[in-house]
Amino acid sequence: MSPMPGVTQRPSAAAVLIALALVALPWVVEPYQTVLLSYGLIFAIAALGFNLLLGYTGLLSFGHSAYFGAGAYAVAFTVKYLKIGSMELFLLAGILASALVAALFGLVCVRYTRIFFSILTLALSQVLWSLAFKFYWVTGGTDGLRVPTPTLLGVSIGSGQDKMVFLAHRYYYYVLVIFLAAVGVMWLIVHSPFGKALQAIRDNETRAEFVGVQVWHYRWVAFLISGAFTGLAGALWVPLNGLTTPDILHWSFSGEIVFFTVLGGFKTFAGPVVGAVIFNYLKTFAVGYTVYWQMFLGVVLVTLVLALPTGIMGMVARLAQKWRRAPAL
Amino acid sequence: MSLLQTTKLTKYFGETHAVDHVDFTVSEGEVLALIGSNGAGKTTLINLISGLIAVDSGSIVFQGADITRDSIHEKIGKGIARSFQLVNLFDQLSTLDNLALAIFSRDGKTRKLFSLSDADRAVREEAVAVLQQFGLAAKAGMVAGGLSQGERKLLDVAVAYALKPRLLFLDEPTSGVSTREKAPIMDIITQVVRAGGITAVIVEHDMDVVFKYCPRIIAMHHGTILADGTPDEIRNNEQVTANLLGTQHHA
Repeated sequence: MSPMPGVTQRPSAAAVLIALALVALPWVVEPYQTVLLSYGLIFAIAALGFNLLLGYTGLLSFGHSAYFGAGAYAVAFTVKYLKIGSMELFLLAGILASALVAALFGLVCVRYTRIFFSILTLALSQVLWSLAFKFYWVTGGTDGLRVPTPTLLGVSIGSGQDKMVFLAHRYYYYVLVIFLAAVGVMWLIVHSPFGKALQAIRDNETRAEFVGVQVWHYRWVAFLISGAFTGLAGALWVPLNGLTTPDILHWSFSGEIVFFTVLGGFKTFAGPVVGAVIFNYLKTFAVGYTVYWQMFLGVVLVTLVLALPTGIMGMVARLAQKWRRAPAL
Repeated sequence: MSLLQTTKLTKYFGETHAVDHVDFTVSEGEVLALIGSNGAGKTTLINLISGLIAVDSGSIVFQGADITRDSIHEKIGKGIARSFQLVNLFDQLSTLDNLALAIFSRDGKTRKLFSLSDADRAVREEAVAVLQQFGLAAKAGMVAGGLSQGERKLLDVAVAYALKPRLLFLDEPTSGVSTREKAPIMDIITQVVRAGGITAVIVEHDMDVVFKYCPRIIAMHHGTILADGTPDEIRNNEQVTANLLGTQHHA
């Protein structure tokens, strides 16, 4: 019924297998690899949120670093000013702060579309970046703010326990559960009547208005949800990273979120998730391999746009379709 | 009492008087045609009444209430729907989803975030029923962008019809389709509209279509109403003949 190949499908056997493999992972690979995947899953949550706007509502945001950063800094402020160390409260703070920022920025941005929307989102995110950069007595400036290892469900890291082991096991599973929950919630949203309304706005704004969809309101709600998802990712990211700096609010990180999504394919539900995980490996490899890693990523992006305009999952869907159509030997 | 009444409705685009002090009345249950050459003001009149563009001056009264400054959303809520001259669909959604969305919206269900749209059997069944009325049931699973022009025209009207309007504006429902397809399309549309008790205003260039399907015709010229009457009265109106019809339909 729906145009987005991934949208119509129920969670497949492949998805269940992947979920099982993710559960088993910490027991079969080195802790560093698990931590690396945690980063990928966190970025995937941000990409899911971002794609609610790009893939489903037709709005290209160049300012999603603002919501990721809002989530991250909300956690850091919670530690610094409220002396709280509970991960559950971190998540609450991250989601509330990013939703608040998205609600305010959304009021300005969703009245516009295309390049005007993109530039506004970028400009507003840069305002947050400059605040984090200049108000160093509050934000720590370029030094950033440190976030200690949090308690998970009230249980703190054991005395003498290696932090890497904590991150590669308990924290990884924590991230995994939230990632799976985020995937489930987003899947439900894009398949709901609300999700259909967003896709209608994406396809034809005027007609959407003439079937009674209040375009401005729906875009704003999509913006809010998108920001909250990205903020959730930011809140999960800080304890893994250990600190947050203004870099995470900079527009170049917004560009990376766009990159994930294009890499995986924004016209599929799974595309942004796959793109985020692969991008994380790609960037880690490039940074470790060459000082010209940005150039490497740039070449990848150009190649991708030219050779795989529908992204990795778009290509996979096409190949699967061809394979299904091929006559049996 | 009339269903819709405009009084001195006016819209200028710079020096162009697109709609110029138009008094226009539609009675409950009638199917009427708006005719006129390109630039006569037919589509602008529909755009003003449906809320797509703002009125410069004058008033629009629908079911006794002034709706001149109402938003599109408010007008749809009060029972005014429309189709478009250039087909306006959700091209990446399926034919069924195009209709389902209109029904969800009409019933105020598009606010639901945490329920599966496919699981709403009542909406799906109603959407299928409407597709059957419009002869599109076989295309339910096809994306709207993949339909033929005639099918797209029908779906465009079906989406507006699914809103269960009191007053339906159809802007050139047969434009861009072959001569052979026009009659079947109009047969379906008029049949569905009459069966639903819907008042319809049809903008149409094809005079054969207009004379066959519309008992009342309003002719527009240079933003004003030139004539208003039955097909025979319009055929025999000298001003209409001179400005719009030429001699081909003159009795």
